[in-house]
Order: sequence, then C-alpha cells, then structure tokens
Amino acid sequence: MFESLQKSLNSAIRTLRGRGKLTEANMRDGLGLVEQALLEADVSLPVVKDFVTRVADQAVGGKVLKSLDPGQQLIGIVYQELQRLMGPVDHSLHLRADGPSVLMLCGLQGSGKTTTCGKLGRLLHERGRKPMLVAADLQRPAAIHQLQVLGEQLGLPVFADLDAQDPVALCQAAVREAKSGVADVVVLDTAGRLHVDDELMQQLGRIDRRVQPEQVYLVVDAMTGQDAVLSAKAFNEALELDGVIMTKLDGDARGGAALSVKHVTGVPVKFVGTGEHLDALEEFHPDRMASRILGMGDVVSLVEQAQRKFDQDEMAAQEERLRKGEFTLDDFKKLLGQTSKLGPMNKVMSMIPGMGQLSDMMGDVDAEKDMKRLRGIVDSMTPDERRNPSRIIDPSRRRRIAEGAGVQPHEVNELVKQFDGIADIMKKMSSMGMRDRMKAMQEMTQGGMLGPGGRIAKQKKGTGKRLTPQERAKQKKLRDREARQRKREKKQQKRQR
Amino acid sequence: MGLFDQLKQGLRKTTQLLNTDIRDLFKAEGRLVDDAVLEELFESLVKTDMGVQAARQIVDDVGAQFRARVVSMDELIGVIRAKLKELLAQPADPIRFAASGPTVIMVAGVNGCGKTTSIAKLTKMFRDRGLRVVLGAADTFRAAAVEQLGIWASRLDAQLVKGQPGSDPASVAHRTVAKALDDGFDVAIVDTAGRLQTQQGLMQQLAKIHRVLGKQVDGAPHEVLLVLDATTGQNGISQAKHFTDAVQCTGIVLAKLDGTAKGGVVVAIRQQVGLPVKYVGVGEQADDLALFEPDSFVDALFA
Repeated sequence: MFESLQKSLNSAIRTLRGRGKLTEANMRDGLGLVEQALLEADVSLPVVKDFVTRVADQAVGGKVLKSLDPGQQLIGIVYQELQRLMGPVDHSLHLRADGPSVLMLCGLQGSGKTTTCGKLGRLLHERGRKPMLVAADLQRPAAIHQLQVLGEQLGLPVFADLDAQDPVALCQAAVREAKSGVADVVVLDTAGRLHVDDELMQQLGRIDRRVQPEQVYLVVDAMTGQDAVLSAKAFNEALELDGVIMTKLDGDARGGAALSVKHVTGVPVKFVGTGEHLDALEEFHPDRMASRILGMGDVVSLVEQAQRKFDQDEMAAQEERLRKGEFTLDDFKKLLGQTSKLGPMNKVMSMIPGMGQLSDMMGDVDAEKDMKRLRGIVDSMTPDERRNPSRIIDPSRRRRIAEGAGVQPHEVNELVKQFDGIADIMKKMSSMGMRDRMKAMQEMTQGGMLGPGGRIAKQKKGTGKRLTPQERAKQKKLRDREARQRKREKKQQKRQR
Repeated sequence: MGLFDQLKQGLRKTTQLLNTDIRDLFKAEGRLVDDAVLEELFESLVKTDMGVQAARQIVDDVGAQFRARVVSMDELIGVIRAKLKELLAQPADPIRFAASGPTVIMVAGVNGCGKTTSIAKLTKMFRDRGLRVVLGAADTFRAAAVEQLGIWASRLDAQLVKGQPGSDPASVAHRTVAKALDDGFDVAIVDTAGRLQTQQGLMQQLAKIHRVLGKQVDGAPHEVLLVLDATTGQNGISQAKHFTDAVQCTGIVLAKLDGTAKGGVVVAIRQQVGLPVKYVGVGEQADDLALFEPDSFVDALFA
C-alpha cells in the first residue's frame, strides 16, 4: 500500500549514503524527493511542509555529525517523525460497564460506513459483547436492507424502521431498545453526507446531542486526496470525533490521508479496513505503519497473523523434520499452503524486513497463481519423486508429471531446481541460531542469490583463491587509489588545523 | 437551469477556494514573479489534486514566461487557464449510440465511488429523451446492491434484470443484453460490483463480463464508463490505468463534484492515461448530471 512512498524514500536516503555528514546542501535533493513522494501519496500539503521542515531541523546539526552513518541517522529521524505524525493511538472503544454504550459512524458518501458497521459489530461480538447495528441511513436506496443482510450474515440484531423519516428519533429509539437488554453496544450507521451540507451536518450534531455516543468515528476512504483533511476538519468541528477508521487500505492507495488527518485534526486513525470481508478490520499501529513505510517490515503484525492462521502442530512437525535435514517436496508444498493462508503473497513479502524490494522484483507476477501451479506439479508426483526429486526424475517422468499438472516439462525442472536451492538453505538454517538465520536471509536478498524472477536457485561459489591477472591488476589499482585518497585527506586535515 | 449553470454551481466552492488562494498572492496591482511566488502557485495547484507532475509543468511554464517580471493577476490566470485547457482539450463527448440495435453501456469503478447513483442519472437522461432502458444488476456481491438499483429502476421507469446473490455477474450481464435484444430496448446499462483495481481475480471477472457483452452485440459494450470519485487523490491514476487495461474504458464519469473536492486528478489522468471525462455528477438527485466540457470546466475553476 505504501510501496511507492517507500521506494521514493529509499532512493532519497540512498543519495546520502557514504556522505561524511548531513548538511543543508547535500540534503536538499533528498528532502525534495521525500517531499514529492509524500505529495504523490496524497499527504496533505501543509503536513508535508511541516514534516520536511521538522526532519531537516533535526537532521542538520551536531547530532548527526557525531554519528557514523548519516543515512541511517536520517532514516531514524524520518521513522520517529512518521510515528509522531500518526500516533499515539488509543484503541480502546471506551465501552461503559453500566447500560448500553453507543458508537457512532459518520462520513462522506461511499467511504464504507455500512461495511465498517458490520465489521465493528463482528469485532465486538468476538470480544464477547452483544452489539446491535442501527440502520440510520434513511437517504440511500436500500441502505437499510444492506445492513440487514450484513446483520443476518453475522447473526447480529439490526434495528431498522423502513417507514422512519427522522434519523434522530430512530437513533433514540434504538438506544431505548438496547436499554431493555437486547444489546450492550449500539453501532449507529448514519447516512453519508457532504461536509458542506449545513442541514445534514446539523442533523448529525442533533444525533450526537440526543444520543450522547461514547465514541464518534469518522470513516475515511484511503484513496482520498487533498480534500481528506478539509472534510475531516469539518466533521470534527461538527461532532468532536474520537477516532478515524480508514477503509480500502488493501488496494494500492498510498494512504497519505492516514498521515495527514491526525496532524490536522488531532484525531488519530484507530482502525483500518483491509478487505471486503467482514473480518478485515485491524487496529492501527503507527509504529508498525512507520516501519512498513520505510521498508523495515512489519514483523509484529506478520507474527500475529501467522499465529492466528498457521497450524501450530504442523509447524512444529516441520521444524522437527527440518532439523533432521529431511526436507522433501511434500514439506515444500505444505509450506506453500501455509504461506498462502497468510494472504496475498506481495502483502506478506512487504511485511518481512528487507523483502520489500523483493516483492517489487516480482512486480505483476501473479504469485497466487504461481503457487497454485507449483502445488499442482508436486501433486502430480509419486511419493518417491517427492522425497528425492533431483535424483529420480528423468525426462520420461518429467513429461508425465508435466502432463499431469498441465504445465510444460521445463517448468517441472524449474521447480526441482528451486526446491534444491531452498532445501539447501533450509538445511543450513536448521543448524543456525535465530540471529544467524536473519543474517543469512539478508545476505540472500541483497546478494545475487535471487534471480530476476525472484527465484531462489542453488549457487556455485568460487573458492576465492584464483584471480585472473587482469583482476589482480584492477584490484591493485583500486587499492593504490584509495591509499592516495587517504593521504590527500590527511594532508588537508593538517592544513585546516 | 442549464447544464452549464449546474456545473458552475457545483464547482462554485472549488472556484472560490482556488481563486482566493491565487488572489491572495496578488493583493497589489502586480507582483514580482520570483521563487516564492512560484512556490505558492505550485502549492495552490497541488491542492486541486492535479498531481505534482502537472502542477510542476504549469509552474515551470509560468516561470519561463514571467520570472523576474511584475505581472498582473489576470495575465497569470490567463496563462494557467490556457495551459489547463490545452491539457484537457477534447471535443464534448456524449454517449456514442450503436448504429442499430440496443446501445450497451458497462459501468465499473472502485467500491463506493458512486456507480449505482451515476447509472441512475444516466438512466434519467435517457428516459428524458424518451429512450427505453434496461438495467442489469451485475453487482451480485455487495449486500443489497441489487435492491439499490431496483429502487432506482422503479423510480425511473426502467426494467431491471437481476441474478441470485453470489451468482456469476457475467450471466446477469448476458441476460440483460438478451432482454434488450428480445424486447427492443434502446439502451442496456450493466452495473458491476465495486472492486479495487489491484484485485486481479476480480479484474479478470470484469474482463469476462466485457467479453460476454462483446459476443452478443457487434461492437458492444459501446461505452465502458469508469466512475471516479472526485475526492480521489493520486490513486485515481492507478484506477484509470488498471481499469482501462482490463476493460478498455471509453470515458470517465466524475462523481461527487458538489463537495469541496476539486477533481483535479482528471488532469493527471488525461496526461498519463489519456482517458477523457464524459460526464460530471454534481448532486444526489437523478438529474444532477452534466456533460463534461473542458473549457467550461477550466473557466468555471477561474470564473
């Protein structure tokens, strides 16, 4: 979602790598790129100005001069500033212990209020609450029906009145109904409205005063441009918002609105919608988002997701086999299956530190389809072939497998080669500690181990002993040049003193 | 109220905003054009969502022409207006009707951009001309999407073809056109489920609907309209690109232009994807639809 922002930031920071210190002059280009990247991500203009100024103020000066790697230092500052820009967030819904609590949703047309209402209902139900959804959108045709269908899917009660004219009275009636014991949380789904429509905005204010909701959330489309802060401001003035729910973050929207809203209104993003299905509502974590933007990965979220979706026993069994060095194509297939449970491949990749660029390399390759194809190939093999593919599979077997899986024979070959590479790494890794494993991963992504297609292949390594005479001459030249450079610098330093 | 007035009214707030911004720069009779002026100009252009690239191009143009000169406001606005008109230049582009038989229109877009409402407005326009319209509710995914279109169909006296929730949208599309052929309807409009342009499976589904329509009537769908929310920022470019790749969009309906959003992203889309805007939506009522006229659009921005 933030890939593009991530890319521009990375290239901006790369221009600083290897520089001795940060000065206004050498940072100007880098910060210009940061500014452009943020604007292209739809971050509101005043926010961009402020952000860049703050980063520059902190970066230029003594603090950085002392540091060894200014590029790293700048990343640190950007990270901190991003986090400050979006946080802190209090995810608590502030539900009351006595009597029913009221949550109110509002926003522009088409921002995703009704779907979010369903998702919130599901979340509350999961947490052991008794939510009731209230269809207070009397404007849009069939909005009431939409909420009723969602309620039915979730097994939650929906308060609706097809003949109602006044949403204020309807909300009051819903709360009265909840007080009788049907529900302990009421979620109000109000009609979408323009923030410049005075009459409808006043109506929202009336609902707010009469019903006194515990929390008022503004639902904002992640794809919104510079207008996002204008509407957020207007809604905040009319209602005093408690939080923002950002929707449609699963596409390629860069979510600049997420960076702007908190800065302009002081209201933090609390939840994000990441899919059309009703379980796709997540808490928003500024620190994780900041590291995701910078390509540092979001390991915590990934682990949380993995814990929810991976089969723990299966994992343990695989670990055990790995340790013994018995990694077969069957395990490979299971691994593929488990990974695909996590979600779209590119999304998973971008959460792993250092893998951001890798998912980039894959580009438009349909990873899902690729995995399905690989699984199909493995399925067409005999148990023997799966255990020992590179030794057993000859051209005739390869043809049979290819036919069974509906692929070309060379694709079978590719899989076997790929598997060899992975099995090799797996065996190596199983004998390493966690630290070494991470290191190995990093080397792999940075080194030439990964081909242009993002494929892992077995690699022949040089012994590192023999060099051609040309190579030796070249290296000597380089060494000499560096020595001369050092000498020059020393002389210059002396002169300055 | 004529279409132009309507458009103008929809854009009034936008205009005021953009105008005050620039007018502020020129409080006196003229001002020396320097880096600071150009930067302020750049900022007010970026605020319209037209994108960094387009804004930078305009500012560079102005810079090349006026740097280090004292210029009056009118002169500068004139240059920007001309530049924008040049960027958006296109003949007015209404729906192209089929030479014979029913005209098939397919409508696509991301979730919540205003597809169904835009279809209602198109239907109203056709009905006002006395054309008979059949609507295909091929959004079989979202809860109550069919009902939403159904309510509009009965309000506007159009026929509705629907399928079971969760059924194949391409089959609904097929039956819609079949009905149009059998019963001699003039226009068939196929509504599709909202989808993010990055969801490959769903984009393929959309392409399938497109193929199915093409098999039934020669040259169908005659129009593939992408509905774009005017509040959308730079993501609009990606939407235009991906939807055009999947179903060869023929034009944009720019919805929700009655707020403070400026819809400037269509400038960037025009630049990078080449997709023209056909209509603009300027309100919630069924007749709040106006033909997009680039000159009036730009004039209304600076009127």
